[in-house]
Amino acid sequence: MNKLNLITRGIIKENPTLILVLGLCPSLAVTTSAINGIGMGLATTFVLICSNTLISMLKSVIPNKVRIPCFIVVIATFVSIVDLLIQGYVPALAASLGLFIPLIVVNCIVLGRAEAFASKNSIFDSLLDGIGMGLGFTFALFLIGSVREILGSGSIFNFKFMENTELLLFVLAPGAFIVMGFIIAAVRLFQTK
Amino acid sequence: MEYILMIIGAIFVNNILLAQFLGTCPFMGVSNKLSTAAGMGVAVVFVITLATIVTTVVQNYILVPLNITFLQTISFILIIAALVQMVEIILKKISPSLYQALGIFLPLITTNCAVLGIAILVTQKNFSIIDSTLFAMFSAIGFALAIIIFAGIREQMDLVDIPKGMKGIPIALITAGILAMAFMGFANLV
Repeated sequence: MNKLNLITRGIIKENPTLILVLGLCPSLAVTTSAINGIGMGLATTFVLICSNTLISMLKSVIPNKVRIPCFIVVIATFVSIVDLLIQGYVPALAASLGLFIPLIVVNCIVLGRAEAFASKNSIFDSLLDGIGMGLGFTFALFLIGSVREILGSGSIFNFKFMENTELLLFVLAPGAFIVMGFIIAAVRLFQTK
Repeated sequence: MEYILMIIGAIFVNNILLAQFLGTCPFMGVSNKLSTAAGMGVAVVFVITLATIVTTVVQNYILVPLNITFLQTISFILIIAALVQMVEIILKKISPSLYQALGIFLPLITTNCAVLGIAILVTQKNFSIIDSTLFAMFSAIGFALAIIIFAGIREQMDLVDIPKGMKGIPIALITAGILAMAFMGFANLV
């Protein structure tokens, strides 16, 4: 039960994007469609799981004073792996996510979990925490992406179901800020009830 | 003329914050007060310009000749982290007053994705070193401009009665959306 809690906590109670509002840049930039959101979310999840596990393994070896640079090197290594894998196997996704795959390195969620959780807890717990946080992030990106895709291009997962109702604004930059603002406001209203 | 177009493009049309979403975390985090936003803006211009010079040199003279460009992400982030530390130490020694003004922002800048983002962006654009430096500097000025305008708006917003669920981050995001819409007005300028 306790282990399950580690996973659900990241998805609901401490959702990194919707509740803690971390990692704003990718959640705003790549969520022009639901599928882009899921792609970015899964890439980040992979990095989170791997970096959390490895950092938890190395926690007794890494000296306390230089821990942040060590964490960054570990994270950057996994980000490079993801970057090359996506470029090799899913070039279409690589084209639409572009610059934001290498920028997973500076996503505050990844470094934040390494510092706040993986460097203090057991390997298995850190792995579960990585899965939970990653899925929470993926879910939030999927949510923002689908709202923007439905409003902005009248489709979902590239399946078009509305004609002539597209509000192009929601696919462009301002739409990202506005949709995310309303989603976070809705989540907060829900929380206080 | 070419440079004027690049400057206007980097500051207004392709504003890194409002059009490309680089560095949104500090944008939301330190834009409560005009004075802190201005401090952050200046620190970012300083670090981005310096970091881009170093990373472009490393990219052109080390990574490309040795054919190890797959190490780009790791090497760039380490360069940026080391550079920020170095700037902090040097500023502390040389100009304590400037350190007082910028000091607290410097550690935050390492995880500002605008720094790494611009460093990677200029390598993709195949700019010469001078062009990259100028591009980086003016993009960073665009960041400073956006964060200062936004802080000014948020200071005024403290005086307004906002619905409960909207307080804080949600209303800030929506305001940023409206500001981004205003910047879209520059879209056909270049």
